[in-house]
Amino acid sequence: MTTNYETREHDVLIIGAGGAGLRASLEALAQGASVGVVCKSLLGKAHTVMAEGGIAAAMANVDAADNWKTHFRDTMRGGKFLNNWRMAQLHAQESPDRVRELEQWGALFDRTENGDILQRAFGGHTFKRLCHVGDRTGLEMIRTLQDRGVQQGIDVYMECTITRLLIDGGRVTGAFAYWRETGRFIVFKAKSIVIATGGIGKAWRITSNSWEYTGDGMALAYEAGAELMDMEFVQFHPTGMVWPPGVQGILVTEAVRGEGGILRNKAGERFMEKYDPKRMELSTRDVVARSIYTEVKEGRGTEHGGAYLDISHKPAEYVKKKLPSMYHQFKELADVDITKGPMEVGPTCHYMMGGIRVDAETAQSTVPGLFAAGEAAAGLHGSNRLGGNSLSDLLVFGRRAGLAAAQYAKRASASSFDNSQIEQAEKELLAPFSNSGSESPYAVHRDLQAVMQNLVGIYRTREDLEKALVELEKLRVCAAKASVGGSRLFNPGWHLSYDLKAMLIVSEAVTHSALARTESRGAHSRIDHPNLDPIWEKKHNIIVRETGAMKRRESPIEAMPEELKQILAEDKS
Amino acid sequence: MKEATLRVFRGDSDGGQTVDYRVPVAPGMVVLDALHYIQGHLAPDLAVRWNCKAGKCGSCSAEVNGRPRLTCKTRMDDLPQDQPITVLPMKSFPRIKDLVTDVSWNYRVNSKIPPFEPRKGVEWKISQLDVDRVQEFRKCIECFLCQDVCHVLREHHKKEQFAGPRFFVRIAGLEMHPLDGGNRAGLLKDQLGLGLCNITKCCTEVCPEEIRITDNAIIPLKERVVDEFYDPLTMLFRKIRGR
Ligand SMILES: Cc1cc2nc3c(=O)[nH]c(=O)nc-3n(C[C@H](O)[C@H](O)[C@H](O)COP(=O)(O)OP(=O)(O)OC[C@H]3O[C@@H](n4cnc5c(N)ncnc54)[C@H](O)[C@@H]3O)c2cc1C
Ligand code: SF4
Ligand code: SF4
Ligand code: FES
Repeated sequence: MTTNYETREHDVLIIGAGGAGLRASLEALAQGASVGVVCKSLLGKAHTVMAEGGIAAAMANVDAADNWKTHFRDTMRGGKFLNNWRMAQLHAQESPDRVRELEQWGALFDRTENGDILQRAFGGHTFKRLCHVGDRTGLEMIRTLQDRGVQQGIDVYMECTITRLLIDGGRVTGAFAYWRETGRFIVFKAKSIVIATGGIGKAWRITSNSWEYTGDGMALAYEAGAELMDMEFVQFHPTGMVWPPGVQGILVTEAVRGEGGILRNKAGERFMEKYDPKRMELSTRDVVARSIYTEVKEGRGTEHGGAYLDISHKPAEYVKKKLPSMYHQFKELADVDITKGPMEVGPTCHYMMGGIRVDAETAQSTVPGLFAAGEAAAGLHGSNRLGGNSLSDLLVFGRRAGLAAAQYAKRASASSFDNSQIEQAEKELLAPFSNSGSESPYAVHRDLQAVMQNLVGIYRTREDLEKALVELEKLRVCAAKASVGGSRLFNPGWHLSYDLKAMLIVSEAVTHSALARTESRGAHSRIDHPNLDPIWEKKHNIIVRETGAMKRRESPIEAMPEELKQILAEDKS
Repeated sequence: MKEATLRVFRGDSDGGQTVDYRVPVAPGMVVLDALHYIQGHLAPDLAVRWNCKAGKCGSCSAEVNGRPRLTCKTRMDDLPQDQPITVLPMKSFPRIKDLVTDVSWNYRVNSKIPPFEPRKGVEWKISQLDVDRVQEFRKCIECFLCQDVCHVLREHHKKEQFAGPRFFVRIAGLEMHPLDGGNRAGLLKDQLGLGLCNITKCCTEVCPEEIRITDNAIIPLKERVVDEFYDPLTMLFRKIRGR
């Protein structure tokens, strides 16, 4: 085996250049660390760029009564109390400062009459809380962070995919990657590593997620021995596009409902009256997604199997100003003018609440030297995330991860590892070129998406989940044999063969966890166990690799301090 | 099912040729869907960039039937179906493979631009009117289609002297930020080649975000440079201040 690769060295290596990774890199840099940031796409194209609705932060610019305690309570209630309460507390307390910081770095948000940052209503938030820029908040956020990062001197490795973490004596000390452009290999030496790779939605057929969302970071951490937590909690966003077929799954931002959009079924009934008369369209996402699903299932869906979402009762100019990209998206892709008529929407796989188990203060995983933040990490959102709480999560815990990783690097000895790991990684990566299987990775991917969509979707049963595990095992065999042609030069089929491996790992983890949790909580709904089970309120599902196989464990939730309990008790509704 | 022919460039920096693919056409399909069909069924090694599939990330730029466009927003039913649809990589950037080009030059230009610099002692109060004006520039999704079409780059290859419309848009956003105290006029004139732009407006025509690049960004910046460097009063003032 020829070992032919370049080597780079950094104190802190950050995998992922979305909001979490970039915020982490800025903080690590501020600590004096040398920082490398790796991403699969070009800089500025990570998922964060697509975020629309806003950043949740209790700044009380619009509703003066808002404060961190209410934000904390909303987050815990939305997550059905499975959240890591310490993370929920830090998040609620620190997000206003993180937003102000963005503004000081040049981000421009929409304003109130007084010239403060404007905030809008969103599902599950008691007050108007989402700081936003029309419906392109994520773009504003990622540009601000990326431009600052480049100015401050981060080294960015674009279109470079990490496929393995390198370990030395139980500690993470490096990573192995390939350049997507050339197919050549590169090895990173680092004293600490932050995983900020985002979610896993590409394992489902109908999804708002891009090709990048293949669960790489979770799979990397899992293979390095880290614990994954609460993997059964996959958020299906209630409103994805359903027609025409090519756009199925593309997100329709919750801001449409935040700005007053109304959901109706085929008969014109405002059906949320039945499911959540108090919060109506601004109920939490799990509830709205199930409501739409039920309406369709019971025969009250629209022509293309969705619900109507209507904002046309608002003045056309207002809609165009507050929801410009939705206006264009529907006009150009679906021939619908949303200022004149309703959109057709249905649930789409959107966000991963579960992920790498981390410490609340430092974002460190259960493996020394390995940190995680953003969608790749678990804990903050419990069983269901509130809209807007992801962008704030990226800022709060991205910063904390960068800080802790830099501090860890200061204490840590130089990176070293056994080179046989690199040889193995190379061999594994090149295998598809000499595999005998006739199937292409694309075909295996389509089959995987069908399994997850049909058997591990919004509503789950034991029977389906058990069947899914059998199917996943078969797919794993197919994936290991799948072959690719062509050269190593920018070869997407080859790239997918590694992504498939990661998707299969996280899909298996989701399915195992979903099978074990015999209750319905937040985004996890079991038809055969339709109610909350108080026993399951007290424990997390943990997935870990032991002697080469996937094992599931349960871990008790830590008791909440009195003062936080009181905040939850103050809730009268 | 209806079918269409896509005539796609296949090749790398050493050259290549177009190859025809037959693709089934579904209602509402966009060119990027057709490219994904080719990847998934006919040519798994076809190199294409994309992320959002919703016109938000600016990754999927290419030249469709000769026009620089986002393939995720180009509907198949808007193109003549009786002849092949040609899809070529952006011409102004070096080819890597198939539809993927080397756009790293843009990132190098970007790093020369001094960041937002709040004026000393500003109060963080901003009016919506001020925000609206600047947001036009901040909408840019960095698709680089304007860079692709601009003749200064496309025909005259002046990458060393000229930053291109995308970065004039970025600078306009900084210069017109209500709290910014920086001054990028010298940079525009001396290093970024603003003077090379002869206001043909081709960039504005292709911008998928409908940013009025020429009228709202470039012309005001040109005026600023004139004020700063050629206006007798300002020149006198600069002499006195010693800069
Ligand atoms: C359409 C849409 C709208 C949304 N709107 C909102 C909203 O309004 N408010 C809100 O709070 N949340 C919203 N969300 C959710 C939110 O945008 C995401 O959860 C968040 O942006 C994730 O950020 P991140 O930093 O964790 O990851 P990302 O921004 O996804 O970045 C992941 C990075 O990791 C890199 N990466 C992945 N794997 C590898 C690998 N193997 N090697 C190297 N690099 C790798 C990727 O290239 C990328 O750079 C929305 C999501 C979508 C899809
Ligand atoms: S207006 Fe200027 S920048 Fe735009 S295409 Fe013409 S020459 Fe280029
Ligand atoms: S200004 Fe318009 S065309 Fe140019 S890069 Fe930005 S979005 Fe694309
Ligand atoms: S894929 Fe994002 S703009 Fe086309």
